[in-house]
Amino acid sequence: MIEKALKGNRSYWAWVALLLVCIGIGLSAWGRQMSLGLGVTGMGRDISWGVYIAQFTFLVGVAASAVMVVLPYYLHNQKAFSKIVIVGEFLAVSATVMCMLFILADMGKPQRVLNVLRYPSPHSMVFWDVMVLNGYLLLNLVSGWAVLGAERKGVAPPSWTRALIYLSIPWAFSIHTVTAFLYAGNPGRHLWLTAVLAPRFLASAFAAGTAILILISFILKKTSGFDAGREARQKLTVLAAYAGVANFFLLGTEFFTAFYSNVPAHMHSLQYLFFGLDGKGQFVPWMWLSLVTGIASVIVLLVPRLRSQTGWLLFACAGLVFSIWIDKGVGLIIGGFIPTPLDEIVTYMPTVTELSVTLGVWAIGLLLLTMLLKVAVAVKTQE
Amino acid sequence: MNQQRREFLKKAGLGALAGLGAAAGIIPTFALEKTDPSGFPSKPVPGKVRWGMLIDTGNCREGCSACVAACHFTHNVPDFSGTKNEIKWIWKSPYEKAFPTSSLQFPSHDLEEREVLTLCNHCAEPPCTKACPTEATFKRWDGIVSMDYHRCIGCRFCMAACPYGSRSFNWQDPRPGIAEYSKTYPTRERGVVEKCNFCSERLVKGQEPACVEACPGKAITFGDLNDPSSRIRVMLGENETVQRKPELGTLPSVFYII
Repeated sequence: MIEKALKGNRSYWAWVALLLVCIGIGLSAWGRQMSLGLGVTGMGRDISWGVYIAQFTFLVGVAASAVMVVLPYYLHNQKAFSKIVIVGEFLAVSATVMCMLFILADMGKPQRVLNVLRYPSPHSMVFWDVMVLNGYLLLNLVSGWAVLGAERKGVAPPSWTRALIYLSIPWAFSIHTVTAFLYAGNPGRHLWLTAVLAPRFLASAFAAGTAILILISFILKKTSGFDAGREARQKLTVLAAYAGVANFFLLGTEFFTAFYSNVPAHMHSLQYLFFGLDGKGQFVPWMWLSLVTGIASVIVLLVPRLRSQTGWLLFACAGLVFSIWIDKGVGLIIGGFIPTPLDEIVTYMPTVTELSVTLGVWAIGLLLLTMLLKVAVAVKTQE
Repeated sequence: MNQQRREFLKKAGLGALAGLGAAAGIIPTFALEKTDPSGFPSKPVPGKVRWGMLIDTGNCREGCSACVAACHFTHNVPDFSGTKNEIKWIWKSPYEKAFPTSSLQFPSHDLEEREVLTLCNHCAEPPCTKACPTEATFKRWDGIVSMDYHRCIGCRFCMAACPYGSRSFNWQDPRPGIAEYSKTYPTRERGVVEKCNFCSERLVKGQEPACVEACPGKAITFGDLNDPSSRIRVMLGENETVQRKPELGTLPSVFYII
């Protein structure tokens, strides 16, 4: 089946070539990081996680959002999703691979990564995250590939795929819950030390991930003529809208608890991110941009007259993804470190090397997604 | 001929060594070096040692950093300019930075200017060891929160988990930052986390921690918190003491007289 990814028109190969160039840039930057150490990044003693872990967190959400098409199709027999299910599953595969690569890029000693398996430590949330992410990757890759293979041969998918798919539904929730627990269990990091972190992760994931699926379905329609269906997109739009509402509602509850209780430790990170603290506020414009874009996008998605127009729908989906990417990919992870345990405000600026590695990992994920979707579209359109 | 003979002897010698090693592993009585696992139970056993430290901040002299210098020399802690790649095991912090959650309304002039020593608290309930996915950082039987630099994967989870900012990461090769090498403690590689070890390498030799020894004001008392007759316990009984962020339930083993 994979040979179908090796046939394509000029623009397909141009896109692949562009991704390969980005991967090359990423690899050379990673080589520099491996030879000089993580000091070449903007991270430091106080802000000890940066862009890599933030991208990881955002992408776990993208991976988990496959459940938004798998669940209605397989559990509720929503036929409208029949064409887009495979897109969701392959998006999950690519996003999970990117997650793992970002973790590797962030490690000081990536050559020792197997220590996580050699000395299994169930008291550590990282151990569970490694387990659930690898499991989720296998579940989606195997079931997606097997169902597609059966479709190519014109036979019913083997019955064991059903079991894997059912298992993948709670598993999707688990990957983002465990990822939230990585942060939510640390004493002294008050932005993360909140019980609504896991629910908010799920809400933002289902909003951004579903919006990405809608965008991908438009790209596929334009580039390959494969249409996942207007009805599928409409249903996904509603799901994204309500997930977005849930996300901003949960963010609102964070603000209420912090500012009404007036407990300084609970307020400090939010103050720093949204208003500035002690005259410093590196991320204030970003956070407001995220908030305004996100809420505007959700409103567009909620108004039937607007969301039924392709232009508005594209704007709203892109806006929602952008908003949640800033919120999770910039604010939440880096903001969690400020103020530091010694009550200091430290700034963080990613370096060119760090951004190049990030570009490279995204390019690897996009290349994988491109090839997987090429195969899927070829099978679906009987090329 | 001679060359072949030499090769043979080399290989035979290696084989014999390998055989010995294998035998040592398989037959425990032949073990060349034995580790006693009972020396490392994870939970402190009643009646056993729990090392702790009491810092009398009033006796800590302004402008003096003899303890910091002694510690950082003893443990080959590199000195890099700037805070980004900094590595520190013990350092001085302003009072309000070390105790950000204590009452800071109308502090005395003395307190406003006081600097206190900050280091790893060797918590009885350490959040860092819980976060570590490889047991590279772990609590010893004697309460010391220790590091295995050879097992650490450099994920920096312990740094996110520590509420005291007591851990440092080797963002670059530390060796160029070491002016003078100490032969009593190994240097580290880039890519691993490190922190204060309560001088466990000195304790086994019956010595006090380097910072305690170096302090000209005798401001640091070190001892066994589980021994009611130890000097540190007597002093804890006689003085008002505080701990950093007690509300987090980490149960630090470092105490302060303000």
